[in-house]
Amino acid sequence: MRAFSYERASSPQAAAQAAMARDNAKFIAGGTNLLDLMKLEIETPTHLVDVNGLGLDTIEETDAGGLRIGALVSNTALAADERVRRDYGVLTRAIVAGASGQLRNKATTGGNLLQRTRCPYFYDTNMPCNKRAPGTGCSAIEGFSRSLAAIGGSDFCIATYPGDMAVAMRVLDAEIETVDPDGETRTIPIADFHKLPGETPEVENELRPGELITAVTLPASVGGRHFYHKVRDRSSYAFALVSVAAIVNEDGTGRVALGGIAPKPWRDETAEAEMPNGASAVMRRLLADAKPTEENQFKVPLAERTLAAVLSEAKG
Amino acid sequence: MEFNNPAENNVFDRAKVIGQPLRRIDGPLKVSGTAPYAYERHDAVPGQAYGYPVGSAIAKGRITNIDTSAAEAAPGVLGIVTTLEHDPIENLWDYDPVRHFGGDEILHYHQAVAVVVAETFEQARAAANLLDITYERDESANFDLSKTPQASGDSDADPVQNVGDFESAFASAAVKLDQTYTTPAESHSMMEPHATIAAWDGDKVTLWTSNQMIEWGRQSIAKAFDIAPDNVRLDSPYLGGGFGAKLFVRSDAVMAGLAARKVGRPVKVTLPRPMVFNNTTHRGETIQHIRIGADENGKITAIGHHNATNALTAVGGENATLPIVAFYAGANRHIVNAPAKMHLPNSNAMRAPGETAGLMAFEIAMDEMAEKLGMDPVEFRIANDTQVDPGNPDVPFSDRHFVECLERGAETFGWSNRNTAPGATRDGAWMIGHGVAGAYRPAPVQKSGARVVLEPDGTLRVESDMTDIGTGSYTVMAQTAAEVMGLTIDDVSIDLGDSNYPVSAGSGGQWGAASATAGVYAACVALREQIAERLAVAEGDLTFEDGAVRHGDTSTPLSQIGKGEEIAAEDSIEFGDFRSKEALVSTFGAHFVEVAVHAHTGEIRIRRMLAVCDSGRILNPLTARSQVIGAMTMGVGGAIMEEMAVDHRHGFFVNHDLAGYEVPVHLDIPSQEVIFLETTDPYSTPLKAKGVGELGLCGVAAAIANGVYNATGVRVRDYPVTLDKIIGQLPAV
Repeated sequence: MRAFSYERASSPQAAAQAAMARDNAKFIAGGTNLLDLMKLEIETPTHLVDVNGLGLDTIEETDAGGLRIGALVSNTALAADERVRRDYGVLTRAIVAGASGQLRNKATTGGNLLQRTRCPYFYDTNMPCNKRAPGTGCSAIEGFSRSLAAIGGSDFCIATYPGDMAVAMRVLDAEIETVDPDGETRTIPIADFHKLPGETPEVENELRPGELITAVTLPASVGGRHFYHKVRDRSSYAFALVSVAAIVNEDGTGRVALGGIAPKPWRDETAEAEMPNGASAVMRRLLADAKPTEENQFKVPLAERTLAAVLSEAKG
Repeated sequence: MEFNNPAENNVFDRAKVIGQPLRRIDGPLKVSGTAPYAYERHDAVPGQAYGYPVGSAIAKGRITNIDTSAAEAAPGVLGIVTTLEHDPIENLWDYDPVRHFGGDEILHYHQAVAVVVAETFEQARAAANLLDITYERDESANFDLSKTPQASGDSDADPVQNVGDFESAFASAAVKLDQTYTTPAESHSMMEPHATIAAWDGDKVTLWTSNQMIEWGRQSIAKAFDIAPDNVRLDSPYLGGGFGAKLFVRSDAVMAGLAARKVGRPVKVTLPRPMVFNNTTHRGETIQHIRIGADENGKITAIGHHNATNALTAVGGENATLPIVAFYAGANRHIVNAPAKMHLPNSNAMRAPGETAGLMAFEIAMDEMAEKLGMDPVEFRIANDTQVDPGNPDVPFSDRHFVECLERGAETFGWSNRNTAPGATRDGAWMIGHGVAGAYRPAPVQKSGARVVLEPDGTLRVESDMTDIGTGSYTVMAQTAAEVMGLTIDDVSIDLGDSNYPVSAGSGGQWGAASATAGVYAACVALREQIAERLAVAEGDLTFEDGAVRHGDTSTPLSQIGKGEEIAAEDSIEFGDFRSKEALVSTFGAHFVEVAVHAHTGEIRIRRMLAVCDSGRILNPLTARSQVIGAMTMGVGGAIMEEMAVDHRHGFFVNHDLAGYEVPVHLDIPSQEVIFLETTDPYSTPLKAKGVGELGLCGVAAAIANGVYNATGVRVRDYPVTLDKIIGQLPAV
C-alpha cells in the first residue's frame, strides 16, 4: 500500500470537488474492496476522500411509489429493510447471498456497485492484465478462466463483474443518482452504468471524474415472485459461477438477469419475453453471443438449468 | 525408557484421567484471544522491526539485477536483504531439500528473493514494492503433470511393492477395473500463515515462530546461519494450524534471521497469504492408474497402482501408493510411485500425505469394482479385509478392526436403507446419494522426551518441546501426567514448544499425541523412581492416587515428598524395532456420507457424515472428536472444492488466496458423527494409543465422490468433484 493523504468531505458536492481537485483521488466508504486492492497495489490512490460522514444512509419512499436508497446505506440495512423485503425480495436475496455478515455490515450501496473483478490475474501484479495495466495483455483468456466471463468479454478482457446486489438491481430497473463537482446531478439507468470491456477494460462504468453516487432508486414494485439463485462450489462466502435474478409472474412472464457470467449484470429484455416458453427459449437469445473458454463453457448450460430451476420453483 | 515389548496392564488401564472427555486447557486462551501467536509476540523482545518479503515474479530463470535504491530511500526503511547477497540457503532438512533464499537462480514462482525491513509494517510493504528486479526467464520449464512421461506410466521408478505376478493375475481375473484418476494440488490453508520474529544476541539467535517440529527447526536454523545448534532457540507455544505446512522451517524464519542480523534489530516476518501458496509447499498433484482384478466371489486377486506426481526436488510429491500396499488383501500386486521432475514449487507433506490422495482414488475404484461385481460396497470391502501385511503375510497387523468399523458404521448410518440405484432417489429438486469409503493410515511413533517437576505444593509441571497445532497436545499430555502421578488435570501445568525443553516427537504424521504422551509417561516414571528412592521403597510397590503416594498402609501427600524443594525428572520414550518388525501398527476407519445434488444445477451439498475410527486407546474423546470432524471437513474441501489451479504457461498456482482457493465454510458442514471403537493396541505405545488426526481425513473425499455417483449416476474420477464435471450428464430439464 502506498502512502496517501486523506480528508473527510462535508457534503456530496464537496466530496466530488475534493476528488476532482487532486490527481489519483478515490472515494472511500466501507472500504471492503478498495483497501484490499490498495494493500496489493492494484489500486494506488494518493488521496482518499472519505464520504462516510455525508448522511446518504436512509431509504425513503419516492413520489413514484418506489424507493430511494442512499449511497451509504449498508448492505445489511438494505437487505433487512421491511419495504425491500416485501416489494423487492430479489434484492434482499441477492445481497444476503453475497460476502459475509461482517462485510455486509461495512459494504455500502454505492460502493458495492463499484466492486471490481475477482479475476485471479487482475489480483496478481506480476501477471499481464489489461484491466490493471492497460496494454500488457490478458492472461486469463488462455489461462485459468473457470470463473470468468462467458459472454460480453473481449479479446482484451474476460473479467466478470463479481457482485450480486447489482444483478438484482438490474432486474428491478434501478437508476443511479450522482452529483458532480459542479453540483449537477444526473440519473443513470443501471443498464448503462457498467461498461463492457471492449478495448478499454480499465473503464468499468459510466462515472466521470469526481462524480459521486448519491443514491439508487427503485421504481414502484412490479409484483411477481422474486428469486435469486446463486450457484457456487461452496454454500456461502463465494463468488457466483452463475447467478439468476428473476421475477416471475403468475402468467409465466417475468424478468431475468444473470450474474457471474459477464462483465456486467446480464439482461436482455427481448430474451426475457421468452420466459413463458421456458428457460431454453430465454437462454437461446440471452446467451446467443456467448464466447466461453473451454474452462467456462459449462456456464452456458448452467445458466439455462439454473433459470429452469427457478421457473420450476415458481410453478411449484 | 525403552519400549521393547507390547504393553501389559498398566496405570493407564485404570483410566481415571486419560480417556476422559476433558476440555482443552488452552481453550480459554484461544477463545479469549490471549494465546500469543508468533507474529503477535510484541513483548517477547523490544525493538521489533518489520520485514516484508518479496517473491519471484517468474517461475524459472535467474535474477540479473536488483535495484534497491528507491526502496532504500523510502520512509522508515532500515535495511534490505536480497537473494543476491547470499549463497543459497537450502537443503536444511533431509525431508525438505528446497532452497529458501540466496543465489540468483529462480526455481519456482514466489521463491523468496528479498526482504525489506522498516519501522512499520506499512512502510516495509510499501518499500518492498519499490524494488526493481530484472529477471531472465528460462522457458525450458515443465508445469504440466499430464505432459510428463510419468503421467502415462512411462517411468523407470522401481516398484514399491511387487508381489506375485500381477500381470497374469490381472489378465485372468473374472472381473476387472482399469481406470485413471486424478487429484489436484492442495494447499494446507491453515489460519495462521508462516510467521517468525528473530533476534540475535551475538552469535545466538532466538526465533519466536510457528513450527510443528521444534528440534528439526532448531537443527535447520543452525545450518541456515552456520551456527551451533545450541546457539539456536525456537519458541512456538501456539500455532494457528499447520497440517504439515510448518513441519520444516520456511523462508519466513530464514528471512527474519538474515534481516535481523543485517539491521541489528529483532525483525518479524510473516508470509502474505499469496506467498503461502507458491512460496512454501503443498500436497502434490497425482495421476493414478489403478487396475484391480477379482474373482467372481469378489475376492481381489490383483492390484496394480501407478502414481505420477509433481516434485521439484528429489524428495517431493504426493506418494499415493502409501496406503495401497497394505490396506486390502490381494496376492498379486504391482505398485509404483513415480515423481515427475517439474518446476512448480516443491510438494511435500500435507495432512495424511500419500493416504489422502491414494484413497481419494482407490476408494472410488473399490466402489466401481463393487458395482461391477454386483456387491454391496461395504460387503466388498469386508470380503477383502486382511489381518496380515499383504506384501509380507508373515507379519500380522497388531490390532485391526476395519471390518468392525464398516459394520458398526453401516448399522449406525442406516446403510441398508440407502439409495441403491444411482440417480433413483429424489427429495424435491435434490438427488440423494449415499457413499462409503475405507480409511487407512499407519500409526508411526517418534522418540519423545519430557521433563516433569514436582513442585513443593504437590502440583506438577510438564515441559517439552512438543507442539500443539490445535490438536490438544497440552491437554492429553497433562492428562497422561495426572494419570501416572495420581493427580487431577488441575494439578498439572504444562509448557510446550520451546527448544530449551526436552526434545519431543513434535507434531506430524499423526505420531504426535501417541509419542508425546508416552514421553510424558517415561518422565513421570523417572519421577516416581526418584520418589521411591526418597521413600526407600521399590517403585513398583507404590500407588499414586488422589495426590498422594501410598505404600502399604502409609500414604504420603506428594507435597511432602520434596520437603520444600522441587523434584525434577527427565526421560524419553524410545521405541524398539519390534514395533515395526513383528507387526504392522496402523489405524483404520470407515466413512459414510449422504450427499444431495441439485438436479438442475448440479450443486453438490453434504447432508450428513459419519466416521468410525479404530485408533487404539482414545486419549481424550473430546479432542479426538475435534480432530476427526476437522479432518472430515478437510475431506469435504478435497472432495468438492479444493484445487490449486496451475497456470501451465506462467508456472504457478493462480488462485493463491482464500477467495480463489475455497475451503469449506460452516454452511457446507452438516451433522457430523464420530464413533471411536473401544480398542487398545499394546504394540503401539505404553498407553496403547495411536494417532487419529490424519485417519479422519483418509477416504472422506472418496465417500463423497461415491455418494455423488450414487445420487446422479455420473462417475467423476477427477477431483474436485464440481458441478461443471457432472452438469452435462444430469437429466434433461
